[in-house]
Amino acid sequence: MVKESLGRKLFLGFDYTFMILLSLLCMFPLVHVLAVSFSSNAASSAGLVTLWPIGFNLKSYEFVMQNAEFLRSLGVSVQRVLLGSLIQMLLIVITAYPLSMEASRFRFRTAYAWYFLVTILFGGGLIPTYMVIKDLGMLDTLWALIVPSSVPVFSVVLLLNFYRGLPRELEEAAFIDGASLLRTLFSIILPLSLPAIATLLLFSMVGHWNAWFDGLLYMNRPENYPLQSYLQTLIINNDFKATTAEELQMLKSISNRSVKAAQIFLGALPILLVYPFLQKYFMKGIVLGSVKE
Amino acid sequence: MLKKSWKRELPLHLLLLPAAAIVFIFNYIPMAGILMAFERYIPTKGIWGSKWVGFDNFSYIFSLPDTYTVLWNTLFIACMKIVVGQVTPIAVALLLNEMRSALIKRGVQTLIYLPHFLSWTILGGIMIDILSPSSGIVNQMLTAIGGKPIFFLGDNNWFPFTIVISNEWKEFGFSTIVYLAALTGISPALYEAAVMDGAGRWRQTWHITLPGMRPVIILLVTLSLGQVLNAGFEQIFVLYSPQVYESGDIIDTMVYRMGMLSAQYGPATAIGLMKSFVSLILISVAYFLAYRLANYRIF
Repeated sequence: MVKESLGRKLFLGFDYTFMILLSLLCMFPLVHVLAVSFSSNAASSAGLVTLWPIGFNLKSYEFVMQNAEFLRSLGVSVQRVLLGSLIQMLLIVITAYPLSMEASRFRFRTAYAWYFLVTILFGGGLIPTYMVIKDLGMLDTLWALIVPSSVPVFSVVLLLNFYRGLPRELEEAAFIDGASLLRTLFSIILPLSLPAIATLLLFSMVGHWNAWFDGLLYMNRPENYPLQSYLQTLIINNDFKATTAEELQMLKSISNRSVKAAQIFLGALPILLVYPFLQKYFMKGIVLGSVKE
Repeated sequence: MLKKSWKRELPLHLLLLPAAAIVFIFNYIPMAGILMAFERYIPTKGIWGSKWVGFDNFSYIFSLPDTYTVLWNTLFIACMKIVVGQVTPIAVALLLNEMRSALIKRGVQTLIYLPHFLSWTILGGIMIDILSPSSGIVNQMLTAIGGKPIFFLGDNNWFPFTIVISNEWKEFGFSTIVYLAALTGISPALYEAAVMDGAGRWRQTWHITLPGMRPVIILLVTLSLGQVLNAGFEQIFVLYSPQVYESGDIIDTMVYRMGMLSAQYGPATAIGLMKSFVSLILISVAYFLAYRLANYRIF
């Protein structure tokens, strides 16, 4: 401890410099795009913007917020996040409980566990799954985005491992007091599992917000796209079309690039808002799975 | 006795029923859909009415020259991602672990974890903007220091590396979490003993820290074996274009275009089936090895 050698000091200097630069480098693209979204048409088209907006204005955001397609897809996304996460959480909570029991309490536990785990190992693939959803008449409905992904097996496994870490005595006491199975689950187990459930709820909401490929696949009509699918067709495929004459007029004064940047930022905004909570919980989430008897 | 346990277990079956039904419909029924791989599938005739053609779809696939390119691209990109995706987080975790200022360490972690939570739509949009050969900031910097603009997303020499590096941008921070957790699990007594024995920092890292991380490293490397055919569909779908099919088209994107865009259901399902089958074997081997080498169990 006494000799904090020169080599050590040099190393620490390098370590701090390198890590700080690395983390800033990670943020650079995000900040750049944010700066472009606030910049004037001329500045962003001429490529003058680096990290700070040039010719600051909010025109791109005004344009986006008046864009009917953007708002409609935002509405689809909000519905999907709320309803989708609710259904997912309910299914995770009730499915993990029987699976967390010992085989002596529930003889079919292992059989059921394998029944669910097989889906991690093997699947029918893209096209057969699409056919099933099509045959069920779910194309172009919100259900196509919610139901097929409503049983995330990994989350079930995480929660069942958490349930197992709870003291068995509580459950036995509830049982002796005459509580039914559902009552034990919802009044004893559930309140004790809130940290785990908060983590999974956040994962579920982020997953639903970020999902875009299913929207592209199962929605034939672009007006049913959730926001991320809409952004995908717009930003990536470049089929940018102003729908009304007013919008065309407005587009003349703002650059396509700034509008795209504004939409990218708005698409990322909800994640940025919940990020402090995510960071607080995801460490727990990862450790959650590793606590085993 | 038997009757009693049935009665006692009935509510448990009922609790599992909704999830079991959903998994049956959306995971198990599509598994029957792999029959399409052996048919000249016509949607109006359905799976049971379409003509059975045996392995015709498979021989058709292997007659396409593109198939071999796609297989190579998939393996190349996936393997590079695995290697870079293991080495970077280990190095970063070690560097983070040496930092003594909790504030700076936390700040760095906050920034490097963030991209993991953004979708490929968002990150892809950002990449396309910053890498644009005409107006992108990266190429502006390149030309400013006297280089030539590079079309990272449109040049077959650059595309696979752009994919690997941008994937690392999204994931390396998040992947360090597991390694950092392993580092905090190493007993401080070991370091104290090493210091008493006169070991310097490097020797401590080499003889204590790295061996302490070894179980986690072995576990993650074996589990990544199951990913050898997963080159990352969403990312490539967002970033590729016809001009980089030669270096960037992978199995999953080929299946998508064949099946969903050109309605060649039979051949597309056949490729998908081969991929699922090989992946199943790889994942099973990976889990088995992880169980033997690291005593890992999923549940």
